[in-house]
Amino acid sequence: MHALTLPEPGHHDEMLLSSGAVRSHYQHFANWLQAQPPEMLARKREEANQLFHRVGITFAVYGDDSGAERLIPFDTIPRVIPAAEWRQLEAGLAQRVRALNAFLDDIYHDHQIIKAGRIPAEQVFANAQYQPLMQGISLPDGIWAHITGVDLIRHADGSYYVLEDNLRVPSGVSYMLENRKMMMRLFPELFARHAIAPVDHYPTLLLATLRQASRQENPTVVVLTPGQHNSAYFEHAFLAQQMGVELVEGRDLFVRDDHVYMRTTAGHKRIDVIYRRIDDAFLDPLAFRPDSMLGVPGLMHAYRQGNVVLTNAIGTGVADDKSIYPYVPEMIRFYLGEEPILHNVETFQCRNPSELDHVLANLDKLVVKEVHGAGGYGMLVGPAASRAEIEDFRARLLATPANYIAQPTLCLSSCPTFVESGIAPRHIDLRPFVLSSGRETTMVAGGLTRVALKEGSLVVNSSQGGGTKDTWVLED
Amino acid sequence: MMLSRTADQLFWMARQMERAENLARLLDVSLAVSLLPASRAGTDISAPLALTGTLEAYQTRHGQISASDVLAFMSYDLGNPSSIVSCFKSARDNAHAVRGKITAEMWMSINSTWLEARELAAAGCGYQTFFDWVKERSHLFRGATHGTCQRTDAFSFIRLGTFIERADNTARLLDVKSQLLGDSDSADYYAWSALLRAVGAFEAYHALYRDAPSGRRVAELLLLRPDMPRSLRACFDETYKWLSRIEGDNGRAAKRLAAELRAAQAYTSVDEVFETGLHDYLDKMLADITRLGALVQQAYLEAA
Repeated sequence: MHALTLPEPGHHDEMLLSSGAVRSHYQHFANWLQAQPPEMLARKREEANQLFHRVGITFAVYGDDSGAERLIPFDTIPRVIPAAEWRQLEAGLAQRVRALNAFLDDIYHDHQIIKAGRIPAEQVFANAQYQPLMQGISLPDGIWAHITGVDLIRHADGSYYVLEDNLRVPSGVSYMLENRKMMMRLFPELFARHAIAPVDHYPTLLLATLRQASRQENPTVVVLTPGQHNSAYFEHAFLAQQMGVELVEGRDLFVRDDHVYMRTTAGHKRIDVIYRRIDDAFLDPLAFRPDSMLGVPGLMHAYRQGNVVLTNAIGTGVADDKSIYPYVPEMIRFYLGEEPILHNVETFQCRNPSELDHVLANLDKLVVKEVHGAGGYGMLVGPAASRAEIEDFRARLLATPANYIAQPTLCLSSCPTFVESGIAPRHIDLRPFVLSSGRETTMVAGGLTRVALKEGSLVVNSSQGGGTKDTWVLED
Repeated sequence: MMLSRTADQLFWMARQMERAENLARLLDVSLAVSLLPASRAGTDISAPLALTGTLEAYQTRHGQISASDVLAFMSYDLGNPSSIVSCFKSARDNAHAVRGKITAEMWMSINSTWLEARELAAAGCGYQTFFDWVKERSHLFRGATHGTCQRTDAFSFIRLGTFIERADNTARLLDVKSQLLGDSDSADYYAWSALLRAVGAFEAYHALYRDAPSGRRVAELLLLRPDMPRSLRACFDETYKWLSRIEGDNGRAAKRLAAELRAAQAYTSVDEVFETGLHDYLDKMLADITRLGALVQQAYLEAA
């Protein structure tokens, strides 16, 4: 028997109703769980940790020479999504990513959305993520973000909201795949009881997307990594291996006559598509940061000539910036002529004086974020902040209001999680991975569920004590 | 065809694993010899230091030669880049850099070897147990490689690393013994037996010669016999085989030298070896092996 701690009132719990009754899509799982001996979860967790260590699904800790690596904590209780709910999410995600790609192609060409007055010009052109050297560059099929990670949360009202779009180098998909492999290994009987949509064909879809991105008939694809000391190196190596393509570092590549080549044991080989897991600024020391040792001198020139495809394209960051985020619903209406299926979180832009006034008057209730911040850093969570922290942020807001946005404190949904005190609700989010090519916008069912392991915490980032769960999308 | 850097890291991954195994074999023997009465032990206990060129580093750290310090220095000391744990770490780091090019089973074997080695070193595991464990881990890695690795250039570079390293180790081991004993044929039963045990050839020797070990026969066994998996002859056969399979024209010089070494070893008699003098013969072999390693490096592994 496992005692389940009831969710806090005012939150949506994925498994339990506020009465403590089990939601229907979790019924099979709950019945199975109740039949398990109490020490089973602890044993399975230990087994999972040992396997993850052996397989090396770890992330490197910066500045530690002993090769110490940490595991991202893995929780064995899955997050389950009913089929109908996923269909709605899938439609909403595809719609959103199509609009974001249309926006990128537009702002680097004719600026129609700006001319139509839907987005202020300075929001785009004064944005640090806008890359002027991409202006007028035509990419195959007009696709800029081939791989997108969309962060979703479920609010107390039971609806999903988009918290953030990730259009640069979204990571985490390897954990989605490895978590599923682990669950199938630990609990094969559960997979016999449920019809769970598979996810393990993701690398095949990814390779098809990357090949589609090139105008070449039989393109050579590589994955470009900053190297084995990068915290996401495991994922880079994993994806290259699963796709059967080379994992390269900047030093393996060179540019000659505006084409990119890799150095091999049989001489030089031309490259057509680079799935790069390096930020824009480090890609080419001649075009961006001259001190970057990670990139390839001359790459940018070859890219602008159309001789190599980068996925994602350079300059996509302008579309996932927090200051552009409030305009995504407008993009969907403008480019697709549709109403958004997925909601945005209500967002106050502090650059507008009236919205700034509202934010300053409600600092204790709001979450304030830096426009360019990421990873859960540089933010104020009003209800949890001290008076001093609030006053500190007030001063920062008044100094550079355009650097900040504010949102209501969100009620991330919770999911039962195996923690020290037993099985208790912890807050979660969801990052599905959307693939875009000229042919289609597609995704595998599910995504990465991140969980804040500290009681009451809303911060799910792995750098700040977050863990992960397997995500099950049920089939009808 | 593969990335030059990948080939380089696969090659060194294999070399470091092989080196760890050879060290364990050598130290295992040193440990056995150190248990003999002093009159029979000679100066053998410093052999591992001479062999790996770490005598100076050892003396800076420990001063006097003692069996227990030598064993600790060569087994568990991460500050000594030639120790067994350092070899495992380096093999693991190379594997980590190319983990997309090796199978999950190869990676798990090499990664858990490093993780466990660290624990065994910290726990001060007994040496006999540790050396047996090291040999087992090397066998396991070789088995995982053989059983799961696709026969592409990646496999060729792994095998190439293994046999160039093994050739070097066998030649050095024989050379150190030959210097301790002089070039004479006068048998020191324990020393030659220990050498045979170190390379796992004790049983084979007795099956072949049915006699007490002598320097000449041990040299014949470990230099010239094609059926002894650690003999120089076998190593050169394998080196040539894997090198000749690698695609492309880059490696002509390396391939030519490998073919020469193989032929030389196949058509030399033990009498000719002893005419040259065992030490001089091995000296030339070691120089050739080093040259072969350098040619492989230039042709394939350095990013040109």
